[in-house]
Amino acid sequence: MIEVTKLTKKYGDFLAVNNISFNVKQGEILGFLGPNGAGKTTTMRIIAGYMPPTAGTTKVAGYDVFEEPIKVKSQIGYLPENSPLYGHMTVKDYLLFMAEIKGVAKAQRKSRLNEALHKCWLEDVQDRLVSHLSKGYKQRVGIAQALIHDPPVLILDEPTIGLDPKQIIQVRNMIRSLKGDHTIILSTHILPEVSMTCDRIVIINKGQVVAMDTPEALSKRLKGTEKIYLQVMGAVDKICARLGTIKGVLNVSTHQDGIIVENDGQADIRPYLAEIIVKNKWKLLEMRSVGMSLEEIFLQLTTVEKTQITQKGQEAQQEVRR
Amino acid sequence: MKNIWAIFKKELSTYFVSPIAYVMFLVFLLLAGYFFYSLTAAFNLQSTHYTQYNMARGSINDMVMAPLFYNISIILLLMIPLFTMRMYSEEKKSGTLEVLLTSPISSFELVIGKFLGSLSLYIIMLFFTLVYSAILFFYSNQDLGPIISSYLGLILMGASYISIGLLCSSLTENQLVAAVISFGVLLFLWVIGWAANFAGPDLGKLLSYISIIEHFNDFAKGIIDSKDVVFYLSFIGVNLFLTNQSIQLK
Repeated sequence: MIEVTKLTKKYGDFLAVNNISFNVKQGEILGFLGPNGAGKTTTMRIIAGYMPPTAGTTKVAGYDVFEEPIKVKSQIGYLPENSPLYGHMTVKDYLLFMAEIKGVAKAQRKSRLNEALHKCWLEDVQDRLVSHLSKGYKQRVGIAQALIHDPPVLILDEPTIGLDPKQIIQVRNMIRSLKGDHTIILSTHILPEVSMTCDRIVIINKGQVVAMDTPEALSKRLKGTEKIYLQVMGAVDKICARLGTIKGVLNVSTHQDGIIVENDGQADIRPYLAEIIVKNKWKLLEMRSVGMSLEEIFLQLTTVEKTQITQKGQEAQQEVRR
Repeated sequence: MKNIWAIFKKELSTYFVSPIAYVMFLVFLLLAGYFFYSLTAAFNLQSTHYTQYNMARGSINDMVMAPLFYNISIILLLMIPLFTMRMYSEEKKSGTLEVLLTSPISSFELVIGKFLGSLSLYIIMLFFTLVYSAILFFYSNQDLGPIISSYLGLILMGASYISIGLLCSSLTENQLVAAVISFGVLLFLWVIGWAANFAGPDLGKLLSYISIIEHFNDFAKGIIDSKDVVFYLSFIGVNLFLTNQSIQLK
């Protein structure tokens, strides 16, 4: 449904997005995970047709975003960062205006409006001015606006930001309920959000894809193993065979001109590695852990996660008390 | 077409849900009313003198309405930048432009919708000044031809002002900067004709041709010349084209 190929975006000298490629299948929910400034918003803006990429192509529903922008845009419901709205309009007027410019036929506008209001729990505030709404309501109006023309593709930039814990759960449930009929890309910097809502996760950092997998596989990969990169002078086959016999080592493979040793992460094997190499009179040039950067990102993410979990815990306790 | 209509409705209603339109109308009409009053009073005094000495008096068109229209065009020079300053700047700053540009409408439809929204507000404001003409119609032998042509000229000239304002607004997300730049550009285009007097014959011709007010002179005299109409329309067209280009630069 969405094909992104070798996407690159430069702002002057700053490389915001660097050679990103991924696909999203029909009916799938893809989560964009990464710290602030990783290039999530830029990538989403390019897919939504707001700005052209420096290089690379993007296709939505078979149409190239920059060759047939109008066709692509009519397929997409886009919630920009911070949900920008017109403060002087009422919720209803705003959604009707958006329905109109998104090409919803006049006869259907009323029913589309009611459905969007219902899905985003906005019925009670439909006649209030947007500028008088709280952040959470504004965010929901933004989501309603993205849904108003019932688009096959939804691009949601941080859909749960500014919502209270209860609303966060509601919005996640809503996004999950849209799965199947809609293809969804959402971005977030909250780890449990993606693991709860998404079928697949793309982790980006500094404009590059760091990892792309299902949430289960990803967490397994992160928790399970550790990789060490070695550069050793000597007979590579022999070295590999010898290193493979160390306790805890799962796999030894060659990578360019080095060797990657994967172990189960139970103990630090680096001292043994060094010892063995030196004993065998091979020459150790370099040894470093790889996959650390991924962990670092997760560390950054999981610090946010903790507060989220405690909030959710409180929420659950409240639910129980009721 | 449908999209232009949607944007147009939104733009026009934005003016009327805030105090912008009402305050502008009030200030504009107070100033224009004062000019009308003083011009009529001066004309009245003058005609009394002229009839006393049996001299031919000037026509009310030349003595009251034409100067009034020139005065109005100066008020517009100050006011139109305030009409147009928010058009893109506000949407850029709040981020709503992103929502519009990712909707299935072309950026040119957006430009046209916004332009027509501002233009309509301007024409509504101008509509109230018809009352001056109506008063003179009852109390004098006013010639209707120059009035009609002057209004056509005012609309074309105002539309040119608006197109400049729109362009300046699309360049910045700061409304005040947009207003100041468009005022500066408009004033410069207004006075550029003055240089025509001492510039060489060829350059002088060019300068007075670019001058936005020179083309109004014929309209004020009651002449609708196609070359003036073409000037204003192409001026507007170029500005709207540049506006469209400037929004696409990201």
